Amino acid sequence: MTAARPPGEPRRVAYLYLLPAFAVYAAFLLFPIGRAVQFSLYDWDGLSLGRWVGLDNYAAIVADEGLRAAFGHALVLIVFYALGPLVIGLGLAAILNHAKVRGLGFFRTVVFLPQVVAMVVVAVAWRRVYAPDGTLNTLLGALGLDALTRGWLGDYTFALPAVGVVGTWFETGLVTVLLLAGMSRIPGELYEAARLDGAGAVREFFAVTLPSVRGEIAVALTLTVIAALRTFDLVYITTRGGPGDSTSVPSYEVYHRAFGLSQVGSAAAIGVTLTVVIFVISFGINRFADRRVT
Amino acid sequence: MNPPTRLALLAAGVLVLTACAPGSSAPPSAPSTSATASAVRTDAAALGNVTLTVWDQEVRGGQAAQMKQLNDAFQAKYPNIKLNRVSRSFDDLNTTLRLALSGNEPPDVVEANNGRSAMGAFVKAGQLRPLDAYADVYGWKQRYPESVLRYSRYSADGKLFGEGNLYGLPQVGEVVGIFYNRAKLAKLGLQPPKTWADFETALATVKAGGEVPLQFGNLDKWPAVHVFGTVQGRHVPPDQIGTLAFGRKGASWNTTENTTAAEQLVGWVDKGYFAKGFNGQGYDPAWQAFGKGQGVFMIAGTWLLADLQKALGDDLGFMLPPGTTADAPPVATGGTGLPFAITAKSPHPDAAAAYINFITSADAMKVLTATGNLPVAETGQQSVAKGPQQDVFTAFGTVTAKNGLVPYLDYATPTFADTLGAALQDLLAKKATPQEFLATLEKDYKSFAESNG
Repeated sequence: MTAARPPGEPRRVAYLYLLPAFAVYAAFLLFPIGRAVQFSLYDWDGLSLGRWVGLDNYAAIVADEGLRAAFGHALVLIVFYALGPLVIGLGLAAILNHAKVRGLGFFRTVVFLPQVVAMVVVAVAWRRVYAPDGTLNTLLGALGLDALTRGWLGDYTFALPAVGVVGTWFETGLVTVLLLAGMSRIPGELYEAARLDGAGAVREFFAVTLPSVRGEIAVALTLTVIAALRTFDLVYITTRGGPGDSTSVPSYEVYHRAFGLSQVGSAAAIGVTLTVVIFVISFGINRFADRRVT
Repeated sequence: MNPPTRLALLAAGVLVLTACAPGSSAPPSAPSTSATASAVRTDAAALGNVTLTVWDQEVRGGQAAQMKQLNDAFQAKYPNIKLNRVSRSFDDLNTTLRLALSGNEPPDVVEANNGRSAMGAFVKAGQLRPLDAYADVYGWKQRYPESVLRYSRYSADGKLFGEGNLYGLPQVGEVVGIFYNRAKLAKLGLQPPKTWADFETALATVKAGGEVPLQFGNLDKWPAVHVFGTVQGRHVPPDQIGTLAFGRKGASWNTTENTTAAEQLVGWVDKGYFAKGFNGQGYDPAWQAFGKGQGVFMIAGTWLLADLQKALGDDLGFMLPPGTTADAPPVATGGTGLPFAITAKSPHPDAAAAYINFITSADAMKVLTATGNLPVAETGQQSVAKGPQQDVFTAFGTVTAKNGLVPYLDYATPTFADTLGAALQDLLAKKATPQEFLATLEKDYKSFAESNG
């Protein structure tokens, strides 16, 4: 060890210590990603020898109307998975935080509960809710709104929003708990100062609460947007992409093509594209949050 | 690492990876099709000590019971052959079989789904062994009617479905027909319909009587395929349906007969014959509702017999879809359970064939009947109690004896299940006209049939 360098400076030998972890990371993450990228350049049925097609699979994603629609559906789901829960979560968290409700822990648990249940179970339960003779239609019937009853998941207009609402229900708890944690850290003096300046509850919310939880909002958005883009189980269980193709999403197409249609190359190309899209969007969200904080 | 270094490393990695194409690097070794009848050893007891690995999907109720019973009997008879049974659900088997077969030590006997995306793909990749030599010595062609055997036939290159080498033998049969609720029919003063026109009249009467004429749930996309297939069988000649469903050149969806069939189906929607909100109702909830007495008719397959009989008892009836006249030859969508096939790499094909022969023998068919399954062969010889089970046995026996089974339409191309399922949802929801519906099907069928040669 030469004394010339101060301790703690990076030096080459440090990479040696990183090597074991990197090897594991490479074997279980980088290698599969590399293989997926490789597969996406072939026309391969998963069994016989693949045929090199270059970027054809990617070109097909752009050209295929159905696939473009699938990516479009994923964007619609972002509204339900990320934006909806964010608005509801902000409201709920502000109320829970502000009112200093008794038994806050209880309410927090109730709100968070959907997160504990596996998505598959959630999907099966909601399928029953949306069925033609299901809970939702029974409820509408009881309210005298028989004209509105329908097979929700089989309706071309309502199937995608119906799937989205399940996402809203699922993600709201997570977002609320995250925001609640952020809000509980806001010093009381800030609110006192705002109140002295004559701010009402609404003003207070926009001037103090909202800017203080920007970091939590970024985390919540990142998590929920990714959840929206990679939705698979919910669509698989509830609609299988139907009716027609009105609820198909990229993740479902990956599974469907790889295991159902034996188009492994095409499936890999969709997977890679989806990964890139998710990466870009979450990168964007974090960039946005960082800039505003500083 | 700075970003350029990282990128370079990644690029290098990708380059190394792309050096070889995915899939088996050598062309599959062609299994010896030259095995003649004389080279086949049928005396299983003389094959020495052998372990057979068998992958099946007989996991539920009567299916599991018959498999266990037959396996035990086989082991008792041939103690030198040890069975290593691996049993998985239909979905799990479908998704894992592909990987298992492309490995170096695949199972010896597997249940492979008949369609092009499974059995067809395996044949094309040279992973299944043609069984014709065994069929000759064991007399399988006498045991099974050709209308059943053709569901396991492919040309050696996997391109032609429905003719060519035999690649598997099924145990159970399936036919799509009409379940009806005997008690409700009687209450409405109706008889089981004898002709297709009778059936439509009955539907109208049931509707007028305030009951659900046809129980139906199409949320899972595929159930409508069976209903459409049944209607199509009334209007389109069976050989044309066969050509379309096996994905062969020489037929077309754009015909007046197919249009009539599609129009009739839409007509049923307009007249309110189907259960309300059917596109948003699951398949299972739908037949369960029928079991609870909601709905007078239901177009579905014989695989529902056991469950429906449990719910409705002798109120349940089953019939083949009636023809234009009472004595018209029967035509019904149907086929076989998953056939048992022998993998090309199996080192014990003779033992595997002896096993398949054993579980599809006349004695095995009796075991299948006793455990509540519908045996694919010798159906007429089985004695079952009068009632719904006998209805089903009679129906299947009649339709196979007269070679009246037409294949499932989704066999046509590797993507046809999806295309047809989605197109039918569009048609039934009136998002597509019958002409647009048929054009969608024609596009998928034509492009596959032409590229497949």
